[in-house]
Amino acid sequence: MNNLLFSNIGRFLGLVLVQVLICNQMDFLGHLNPFIYVLFILIYPVGTNRLQFLFWCFIIGIIIDHFLDTGGAHAAASVTMAYIRPFFLKFAFGAAYEYQAIKFGQAEFFPRLTYFGFLIVIHHLLLFSLLFFDIDKLDLIISNALSSSAFTLFLALLLSGLFSTKES
Amino acid sequence: MQQLLNFFFKNRHPLLFLVLFGVSLVLTIRSHDYHRSQILSSANQITGGIHELFSGIGSYFDLKEQNAMLLDENNRLKQMEFNTLGINSSSEITNYQYKLTPATVVKNSYKSPQNYLTINKGHRDFIKEEFGVITSKGLVGVVDKTSNKYARVVSVLNTKSKINAKLKQSNHFGTLEWNGKNSNMVQLYDIQDMVNFSVGDTIVTSGYSMIFPENIPIGTIASFQLNETKDLYIIDVKLFNDMSNLRHVHVIENLDLNELDTLNSTNE
Repeated sequence: MNNLLFSNIGRFLGLVLVQVLICNQMDFLGHLNPFIYVLFILIYPVGTNRLQFLFWCFIIGIIIDHFLDTGGAHAAASVTMAYIRPFFLKFAFGAAYEYQAIKFGQAEFFPRLTYFGFLIVIHHLLLFSLLFFDIDKLDLIISNALSSSAFTLFLALLLSGLFSTKES
Repeated sequence: MQQLLNFFFKNRHPLLFLVLFGVSLVLTIRSHDYHRSQILSSANQITGGIHELFSGIGSYFDLKEQNAMLLDENNRLKQMEFNTLGINSSSEITNYQYKLTPATVVKNSYKSPQNYLTINKGHRDFIKEEFGVITSKGLVGVVDKTSNKYARVVSVLNTKSKINAKLKQSNHFGTLEWNGKNSNMVQLYDIQDMVNFSVGDTIVTSGYSMIFPENIPIGTIASFQLNETKDLYIIDVKLFNDMSNLRHVHVIENLDLNELDTLNSTNE
């Protein structure tokens, strides 16, 4: 239990710092930057206390907001992502989720891709609509959300791959 | 009572989700409201400190470039000084209207729709809200929140930013805003259709807003078009400042502001 808590806190701090100090300085193709902190929400251990999980996600969102001056947009997107996560776990992993036996490190590539992909796109769409907060800019919202989703997804798959080799 | 508690217990996940989501939504909406000050911002001791620490490391990478820029500016100022020496060297100007404070940018952003900068000057350096921020090349933004050591600046690249600007040649003025698309281009609205201008003309601050002095350079006209009702121009202005590369800035305080404020409030 303690081990779990420590690895959570480590991931939490690590991802916040990577997000703020590295990912937000990337200007891939001009204006693209990934929101890699969502990896925290994606690979949070399954089958733990859900209330705690929601809180953690809210806090990581609000800290990112604090650094990036975005009000509460990251927090709102993260909490939503955390709340709908079980649905997509079930969708992507099927029976393995029912038995609560998912190890993200050992999961097959394809279910992991669908699970990451859907959640990241939803998170980014909500995030960018809250950032722009203007229905007239729908084209900008969608294009920005999809392009940085692709970037985030790529990095998230890469990083989760790295983590998994360390664990096994 | 028991049933109520049961209800809460049964639905504790959606309820907690709704509460947290609601809180974030309120914070987001407040952040889009220009006039309300926020609880959360990067101009805070902790976040400002972390940004400053790492920008300190980053600053070594472009020292050469920044030095060249400062040398350029010094050169220009020296040139102006030597060429005007005869005129007012005898009488030192004593009643300044504007006071400038140098500051360093510790956090910059130019990619999101709401861009803010954090600078390393705050209350204790007498920086307050609604002070203008410029570089030697031109306009940067307006201070909107301060802590003891840091201040947050609303960049011109912020869809909330509204700054009074005019055509340098003809003095016709309009509102400078940003459509959130290109980090080199801002838009000047409300210039009437009978005004003559051409691509390449300079846009400067108008001096009506009390925040900026008159004639601070902003950019040049890159293109223009009429709006939907065909009576006002929408002008794309290419900024003089490279907003992605800001390090040394000046904060402008208008010392006459109090006087002007009281004047304006007595009028109403």
